[in-house]
Amino acid sequence: MARLVRMDHTGHTVLAHWNPGDAGAVDAARDALHAELGRGYLAVSSEPDGTATAVRELPLDADLVILRRPIAGG
Amino acid sequence: MPALPIAGELPELAAVRWRSRAGTASLRRADRQWTLSTVAHEIPFLVTAAGLPALDPLLAPVSVFALAFAWAIPELYAARGAGVLRAARAPRRASGATVGAAPEDRALGLLGDLVGHDARELLARTGHVVARGELGVWVLGPAGALLVRPGGRRVQCWCVRVPDAELPRSDRIAHLLLALRADEPGFATVANLTFSGACWRLRRRLAPGGRAALAAAIVAAR
Repeated sequence: MARLVRMDHTGHTVLAHWNPGDAGAVDAARDALHAELGRGYLAVSSEPDGTATAVRELPLDADLVILRRPIAGG
Repeated sequence: MPALPIAGELPELAAVRWRSRAGTASLRRADRQWTLSTVAHEIPFLVTAAGLPALDPLLAPVSVFALAFAWAIPELYAARGAGVLRAARAPRRASGATVGAAPEDRALGLLGDLVGHDARELLARTGHVVARGELGVWVLGPAGALLVRPGGRRVQCWCVRVPDAELPRSDRIAHLLLALRADEPGFATVANLTFSGACWRLRRRLAPGGRAALAAAIVAAR
């Protein structure tokens, strides 16, 4: 089951789970993703092979989508 | 937050539009410029150290001071570079309270899931993530990263962080890791270069964990 995870002060929070075949869960995950994007989070789809892709829509085939804050040069 | 500039690029690039995108050539150019700058700083002191005793042997103590300055300047730059891996202050809530161990454990669990077995073992031992990229081998800390250049002799120090004081240390590293994986040249574009020089010069300025992570990165870069 795929997870939508937000990195935050608790370590991380799982916001949603979904299966591509479960339309209700997908809609809930999509809503949660858009809500967090609206709050300034950035979404990254993390692949098992160690690659990551910045996304703005829920990738249904992903296993793990992580929400992170923007980074900046110090 | 603006839309992604181009599919796959870091959205943070929108905040540094004036910078040209980093790449192998630009990093090599930065290495050369850093070396030239250091040499330019060194020459006056070395000429002074060599010339004064020739003019008058009584000026030898001044020449010793000049040599000390010539030695200290690159050391100060290296110390500044090493600061990117230095342990940041304990994360704090808006109320001023420090973040407890439980959030850090949860964050460490997620970070461990993101890296492979070898990197996880190194993370447990050093507190840093070592990741190979196209531009070299990266050592990630909570407030910046080292980039060991191909060949393993030269290292660059990059100051880059997530500006959120409440995040646990491992979440900070995970932020950098995910950004790096999504767009490595973009990551180097957003970050600020604080040092470029020999690995040996930086090594002795690092804490033991940073030294071990740097050593692993040097081996991987060779």
